[in-house]
Amino acid sequence: MSTIEIKIGGFGGQGVILAGEIVGRAAAIYDGKQAAFTRSFGPEARGGACNAQIIVSDEQIYYPYVTRPDILAVMSQAAYDRFAGELSPSGLLLIESDLVRVRSVAEGQRLYGVAATRLAEELGRKIVLNMVMLGFFAAVSGVVTADSMQKAIAESVPKGTEELNLKAFQKGYEEGLAQLTKSAI
Amino acid sequence: MHADSRGVLTGAHFLSGNEACCEGALAAGCRFAAGYPITPSTDIVERMAERLPLMGGTFIQMEDEIASSIAILGAVWAGQKAMTVTSGPGFSLMMEHIGLAAMTETPCVFINVQRGGPSTGLPTLPGQADLMQARWGSHGDYEIIALVPNSPQECFEMTIEAFNLAEKYRTPVMVMSDECVGHMTEKVIIPPAEEIEVTPRRYTSLPPGQYQAFQPEADLVPPMIKAGDGYRIHVTGLTHDERGYPVINAECQDRLVRRLVDKIRRNAQDIIAFEEFNTDDSDIVIVSFGITSRVAFRAMELARAEKLRVGLLRLKTVWPFPEQRIRELAGEVRSFVVAEMNLGQMVYEVERCAGGRAKTLLAPHAGGTVHSPQQILDVIREAAR
Repeated sequence: MSTIEIKIGGFGGQGVILAGEIVGRAAAIYDGKQAAFTRSFGPEARGGACNAQIIVSDEQIYYPYVTRPDILAVMSQAAYDRFAGELSPSGLLLIESDLVRVRSVAEGQRLYGVAATRLAEELGRKIVLNMVMLGFFAAVSGVVTADSMQKAIAESVPKGTEELNLKAFQKGYEEGLAQLTKSAI
Repeated sequence: MHADSRGVLTGAHFLSGNEACCEGALAAGCRFAAGYPITPSTDIVERMAERLPLMGGTFIQMEDEIASSIAILGAVWAGQKAMTVTSGPGFSLMMEHIGLAAMTETPCVFINVQRGGPSTGLPTLPGQADLMQARWGSHGDYEIIALVPNSPQECFEMTIEAFNLAEKYRTPVMVMSDECVGHMTEKVIIPPAEEIEVTPRRYTSLPPGQYQAFQPEADLVPPMIKAGDGYRIHVTGLTHDERGYPVINAECQDRLVRRLVDKIRRNAQDIIAFEEFNTDDSDIVIVSFGITSRVAFRAMELARAEKLRVGLLRLKTVWPFPEQRIRELAGEVRSFVVAEMNLGQMVYEVERCAGGRAKTLLAPHAGGTVHSPQQILDVIREAAR
């Protein structure tokens, strides 16, 4: 890997920005790589479109914006509609499978889906859907190690919620590994 | 002198530019901050409010930016290192006290996280259109120092540098960040306290009675006292003599204002900082700063892929302006392309220093988002024609 461009999209309240920050922190602090994390959101506290952009590289990053994501993780239909066209021809598309309907995937692109919101609800709190998504992302993409992600999560979430968040991460991670095994067969 | 370890969060962190500015200020010894929250600078004051009390410092949320900018001057004369933080409209309100800080030679730091203007403009989106305001915003003759970070790491380092320069030259210093750099998050390495150089305030060794508050030393900078140490002094925005008392005539005005200007101009080479890429073999040099310099870097790469000989001069200080380097380059290159997120500000400085020896083109942007690398590349192609 020299440089990987990642975009995470969804709506405000899903934890999109925090998810992006955790990927960046895991890569930059715990995996010893360079990472640039930028974000875009509207003035609304919840419900507006938002996205997180992360560049992970072995080298110094000058241009800090994602132009052609190698990995696109979308948690809303609006984010899919808006960003799907940007995905690299050999890119990886990750979706919240209950919230996003994919029209088509180009030859060479890979698609994986997880019902992150439902799995989070099963753990007791819908709010950790972003952690389920992060676990799924870590397993399927392999861009950031699970160990680094877990450290970054523990450092980034509110005190007292570490256990639930890490459990949600684990849930998504296992789901990702299971799907990888299945697709390998 | 080394940093006070209480203010230094040694380690590798994943911080936004704004968070890093805060950590830079604390490492530099800032123990007083006053501010009025305004997007996109609010996260600096939030963090200052949280962190300052932990090391015996004070943060005050003032009623507005006018009050914030005068509160820090009071804190400095009481012996603290102090700063205020703002954006766009707040920066406009602070102009009066930037002039007062320059006139009273009060070392202090102003951070402006630039957003799109004029007026309330684009609260959540970037701009780089306050550079001339930083230089000329307050009335009268004075020189200013303005630093322009392009990454969270530099937000940390340049905020320390801003405090150090403020103390060295007894002048207000600006950190002209922008919304993109302020809200971008990257790895920030904070060294151990003993590896961070901080410039202490220059206090007089003279006793009360002999000390004159505005009697300069050889480098044109007068040493200070702090309130409560038993010195009776007068500090005024009026034109004053070496004792600090108003003298309203042309002779005193000339002596004072010339010194305020000269203490920066004569030391410009000590203050100015920039970074160069490929300038030794270039026909065209992009001049850029802040977030735009990182887009310009991509544009340079794209241009080089087209076999155009393009370099980049990235300004770390916009004021004082690196006149000498631009003059030198003007004799070596065909054109300058000035990429800035405004409709033409620093381009006039480049053009002035180029003096007609190299063509100067502007790659403008009205703000709200960064240039696309393509937009800068288009101007490079035009320069190459």
